[in-house]
Amino acid sequence: MPKRTDIHTILLIGAGPIIIGQACEFDYSGTQACTVLKNEGYRVVLVNSNPATIMTDPTLADCTYIEPITAEFLEKIIQKERPDALLPTVGGQTALNVAMALYTSGCLARYGVEMIGATPAAIEKAENRQKFNEAMKRIGLDVPNHAIVRSLDEAKRALSLIGLPAVVRPSFTLGGSGGGIAETEADFMRIVANGLDLSPTQEVLIDESIVGWKEYEMEVVRDKKDNVVIICSIENVDPMGIHTGDSMTVAPALTLTDKEYQVMRNASIAVLREIGVDTGGSNVQFAVNPATGRLIVIEMNPRVSRSSALASKATGYPIAKIAAKLAVGYTLDEILNDITRITPASFEPTIDYIVTKIPRFTFEKFPLSDSVLSTQMKSVGEAMSIGRSFAESLQKGFRSIEKGFSGLSQVLIEGTDPHQSYEANKPAIQKALKRPSHIRMLEIAQAMRMGCPVEDICEWTHFDPWMLEQMALILHVEKSLTENGIPRTKEAMWDVKKMGFSDARIAELAHTTEETIRHIRFELGIHPVFKKVDTCSAEFACETAYLYSTYEGNPYQVSACEAFPTNRNKVIILGGGPNRIGQGIEFDYACVHAAFSLKEEGIETIMINCNPETVSTDYDTSDKLYFEPLTAEDVIEVVLKEQENGSLLGVIVQFGGQTPLKLVKALQSAHIPILGTSPDKLDLAEDRERFKALLDRLQLTQPQNDICHRVSDLDATIQRLGYPVVIRPSNVLGGQAMAILLKASDLDRYILANRDILLDGPILVDKFLENATEIDVDALCDGTDVFVAGIMEHIEEAGVHSGDSACTLPTISLTPAQLQEVTHTTEMLAKEMGVVGLMNVQYAFQDNKLFIIEVNPRASRTVPFVAKATGNSIAKVAAKVMIGKKIRDFSFNKPRPTHYCVKEVVFPFGRFDNTDILLGPEMKSTGEVMGIDTTFEMAFYKAQESAGNPIPKKGCILVTVHDKDKPRILESVRCLASLGFAIAATKGTAQFLQKNGIEAVSVNKEKEGGDHLVDKILLREYQLVVNTSLGEDTAESFSLRRVALLNRIPYVTTARAFYAVVNAISKLNQDPEQMTTMPLQDWINRV
Amino acid sequence: MLQPFVATPYVDAVLMLSDGTYFLGKGIGKKGTTEGEICFNTGITGYQETLTDPSYFGQIVVFTFPHIGNVGTNSEDNESDKIHCRGIVLRNTITTPSNFRSQLSFDHWLSNQKLVGISGVDTRQLTHHIRIHGPQWAIIVYAQAGECLSLEDVHRSIADKKIELTGDLAQYVTASSPYSWPKKSIQAGSGPAYKLVVIDYGVKHTILNLLAEEGFDITVMPSTVSFSDIMALSPDGVFLSNGPGDPSETGKTAVPVIQHLLDNTIPIFGICLGHQLLALAMGLSTEKMHAGHRGANQPVQEIATGNVFITSQNHGFCVSPKHIPSTVQITYRSLFDQSIEGFCVTNKPAFSVQFHPESSPGPHDTRFLFAAFKTMISTAKKVYA
Repeated sequence: MPKRTDIHTILLIGAGPIIIGQACEFDYSGTQACTVLKNEGYRVVLVNSNPATIMTDPTLADCTYIEPITAEFLEKIIQKERPDALLPTVGGQTALNVAMALYTSGCLARYGVEMIGATPAAIEKAENRQKFNEAMKRIGLDVPNHAIVRSLDEAKRALSLIGLPAVVRPSFTLGGSGGGIAETEADFMRIVANGLDLSPTQEVLIDESIVGWKEYEMEVVRDKKDNVVIICSIENVDPMGIHTGDSMTVAPALTLTDKEYQVMRNASIAVLREIGVDTGGSNVQFAVNPATGRLIVIEMNPRVSRSSALASKATGYPIAKIAAKLAVGYTLDEILNDITRITPASFEPTIDYIVTKIPRFTFEKFPLSDSVLSTQMKSVGEAMSIGRSFAESLQKGFRSIEKGFSGLSQVLIEGTDPHQSYEANKPAIQKALKRPSHIRMLEIAQAMRMGCPVEDICEWTHFDPWMLEQMALILHVEKSLTENGIPRTKEAMWDVKKMGFSDARIAELAHTTEETIRHIRFELGIHPVFKKVDTCSAEFACETAYLYSTYEGNPYQVSACEAFPTNRNKVIILGGGPNRIGQGIEFDYACVHAAFSLKEEGIETIMINCNPETVSTDYDTSDKLYFEPLTAEDVIEVVLKEQENGSLLGVIVQFGGQTPLKLVKALQSAHIPILGTSPDKLDLAEDRERFKALLDRLQLTQPQNDICHRVSDLDATIQRLGYPVVIRPSNVLGGQAMAILLKASDLDRYILANRDILLDGPILVDKFLENATEIDVDALCDGTDVFVAGIMEHIEEAGVHSGDSACTLPTISLTPAQLQEVTHTTEMLAKEMGVVGLMNVQYAFQDNKLFIIEVNPRASRTVPFVAKATGNSIAKVAAKVMIGKKIRDFSFNKPRPTHYCVKEVVFPFGRFDNTDILLGPEMKSTGEVMGIDTTFEMAFYKAQESAGNPIPKKGCILVTVHDKDKPRILESVRCLASLGFAIAATKGTAQFLQKNGIEAVSVNKEKEGGDHLVDKILLREYQLVVNTSLGEDTAESFSLRRVALLNRIPYVTTARAFYAVVNAISKLNQDPEQMTTMPLQDWINRV
Repeated sequence: MLQPFVATPYVDAVLMLSDGTYFLGKGIGKKGTTEGEICFNTGITGYQETLTDPSYFGQIVVFTFPHIGNVGTNSEDNESDKIHCRGIVLRNTITTPSNFRSQLSFDHWLSNQKLVGISGVDTRQLTHHIRIHGPQWAIIVYAQAGECLSLEDVHRSIADKKIELTGDLAQYVTASSPYSWPKKSIQAGSGPAYKLVVIDYGVKHTILNLLAEEGFDITVMPSTVSFSDIMALSPDGVFLSNGPGDPSETGKTAVPVIQHLLDNTIPIFGICLGHQLLALAMGLSTEKMHAGHRGANQPVQEIATGNVFITSQNHGFCVSPKHIPSTVQITYRSLFDQSIEGFCVTNKPAFSVQFHPESSPGPHDTRFLFAAFKTMISTAKKVYA
């Protein structure tokens, strides 16, 4: 049956900002859906607040609204665009929830919008725990014993039926947010109370604990004719009790017989039919009792998910693309399998390799938070690896996550002594393994090294013995490496490489360097071959170049390689690897644009990346995709292969964030050409001394700084510079342990808290620029000409990490002379540093004096934001410049548009207990949103709305600020008071306000007892919390911020952000109708 | 000139194809030599069922999935009483099994069953090779430690053999004498207990179990059974089973019997080889396929409805689409290559399918065909009474 012709315009909803539980995978699915629907001739209207996505590129949809994903804004868009249909299944839980809200409010009916892909009834049945459980019973499937409660009393009663431990999950929250496993009754009541609060329906599900059971997922696709296919089975290596997003997983399932697999397959199909997902992809999760085989249905997602992105990459079957086609009426047999191009999409992929997914965590950013894994997702990204054996795939996976592991690396198990016997270490090992940490797999390996038997590990971790035996095999080879040293024969090297050992890991174990091992390996003629991901295990010929490396065959025969390098001119683009805080979707955006752009130039594009969530790892983004870890070894092997034929112009390292930059030295010493800014100039920006010399020569100013080699020198150094200072250890990643010190007592506290890290190496100290305005600039340079693409002004003052600051483009407070100075300086720096491609500079203005904070000759986090704000596709131009095009060959829109674009960020604080929400020099945000409007105030308002921190229009605000900030907030508070807001404040702030003629009610701090402010926040007495805090006072006000966060009371923590909020409120009060809802394409045309 | 090789801990086995392509690897199962026709199977689960499927008689099976043996073996998942294939080829060595039903590790089981196999082979390259060059004869030599093998000699030993096993292969795997099924009591479905004769060309246990679940009173008879012996049981229907080899060879004795059954309007259901034999009986022809269909992900389309089912398949021959008589209506086609996957006889109560609706291993999507057979018998009783 052909596609539907009764619908013309389709509304697509994206997932909004990157948060834990919703990452790039929804850009991948949304981009696919957008492209498919447009190619099918539909008019696509897209709504997504996230500017860093590829899907929001103005060329993808017909109309792209970068607006808050709320029912209110969507109704405006629906009213304007009058779509015939709404596809809610490719934008994660966010899209599903807002679609349901539009349905419930009657908006969809009012405008005659049909929901396609999944009906409201099906969504309701899948998402509502009670309805879901009833549905499962109807089709004879088992679910855990359970109860649904809406109050603490009901919870108490339910507990007596279900018993402890019990699993608590609030309805309709993202990634299980607010859930947990309760071991004690006190735990139980606490988690339930929190869950009731977080659930938009005030509903919490309590389940029988099936912790320790095996967990499986099935990815299912169904069409309107009821044809159903299973795309992939996934087995969680971590057992039940750990959120599947935080679990290491393998595909396909490895420990099921056909009998059990088919039971699960039948159940998955029955679930889809019963829930009524008419078309598209769904995911069904199961738990299996490892002793009895009892099968339980855990949940199903009636939409594409993180797992479907993984399944798509694991098999080559593009679930989101197919789902979009099915939603408009095609059936599976009418769609061709893209990979083979000869077989239909109505089949089940079969694979001949093992896929491993390893999540990436950032607990180091939240050191006070408990790092134990649970049913609430905490990982911020993931890497996928492919190998022809579990061992190879696993070890590739560990080097893909970029946590400094070269494979099954050694870790320290707390409380153990390697010189002691296993029996002596057993209690400590047991304690460690029973606690599901984010490196449990490595701890297990460590336990095995200390002699821990597989049976004990099984009992403590509930890992499947098959996986553990495989690890034991790896360790067996490891032992022989340790004992025999460098493998010098072909046979010995082959044995090691076949088990997935990296050159780096072999070097560690054989006490030599990675380069030595590589040299020996090359001498022995041992290289991996590349095999294709082809959906069919080689049953059919396959045209698509989606490849992975493997050590195949034996030492005496060379195996077949399927890479077939062409004779074309080609460029290799290195991706950004797994998402993490500080390096996410923005870099994928840049890589994808590089691929698109060079394709336009007739160059063969080759992508290397290992992040399954991304658009860059879609097999049709570039001409060739190597799904490989981003390590020197793996990249060099791809390069060598591609250099066998045609001409490799070079490798692009400046688009994938820090990941590819770290490889520059290794690539350079392997004589691999780097495109764009030269390695020497890249080093210039990184090398403190060289950079300082350059700035001196250009007569540019940096904040005064120094370097300390001993902790004991710190005091003297800081005295010389004068407080306040920014301090950071030089050898840690991502700004960890970076802090602003205001006075000497701060230093003592800082040293106490970070002693271990500080002892590790030099410490950098910079004079902190107080009250300065920070400026971010993205520019393009071709070596001679410079195009300053965007000048952004931070909302928060200098001191807050640029990745955590809101910013506006165009700037709001800079004078034309200041803008001129910034532009001029940027041009000078770009030319002097020999930038070819993109460059980002961070400046600060303090008292009209310009300071250079940092220069990065590479794509920055703000590239997609600038591109969307100005309509200049700078990543694309940069890629072309890198292969020799000139900036004057291109025409650009004005870099300073007449409308305002505000970027705001979102934080994962809610996921990490004991974590303060104050902003500082260390980046903690996971994602960003953009607000666009004709005025700064309205753009800011929209950005706040999109970031989930909506600005109240009336009510009561709580103000409690640091002494320094009191004068700075005065006029803002006065303005709010005049707009009719009630003002409450803590004693000091209240007195200050009263003294200045503002009526403010004084409330007790928590420590003052009585009816204090934390209780009042809990009672939702305030619509906005304004709290700034510095230095030692922060501990005291911690609980107030935490409570505001967890209770979703909008908050601001800097005086400048407060100022912006108040301006927005005031503007809205003048004219509530002044917001402009307009597609990005129209905004850009105004530029 | 092929170099001789000495069995070492790194390589102690070789797989040699008749075209001279060879793969060194590590032996598994029993030490020794085995020969057979090489074919590949793309299924991920169900190796035990596959190896005990009599249809694989005479073949060396290459598993495209790299980890085989993970779930061990058990006494419940056999499709016949022993392994019928001649050898297996794996990518990875077999490791300790893990499954709550596992009773015996896979390599133990292979040794007990005296099967010779090889692991450590680039099975993907081998699969490519088979896909491109078609079926051919192969040999696996699993050498003793220290033994020196001349690859030249190994090749010479099979070079001239195209396909050694010709003739009626069903005779090697069929029942020696009639027996009734179930051997154990299986809870029967409702409705009349029709008498069913299953002609065993290499029948799988799951087929018998599923027929028994439909309530059939089953007698399994050898492949060479005569028309009169069948009719002596006055069956309500006859089932033509799956089995190995060239249908035209087995058909020499089987086809006249089936034609007789058709003439007498006995309801017939055939699977795989049974389907091909029914086709021959209807005047169609069969042909050898280039690489065959072996796996659990094969889509077929039901022509009447357009519905797609994922099926389990295992066949190296298929029914030729040439010269289809007017009384034959094609009911299913493969969505991979459009080959005929099923037909029915328009003027007789008879139908058959090329795929394996009993699956095992594989999806259960088409198990409804067993009930459909029973319905057909009931209808036939009314129509042809």
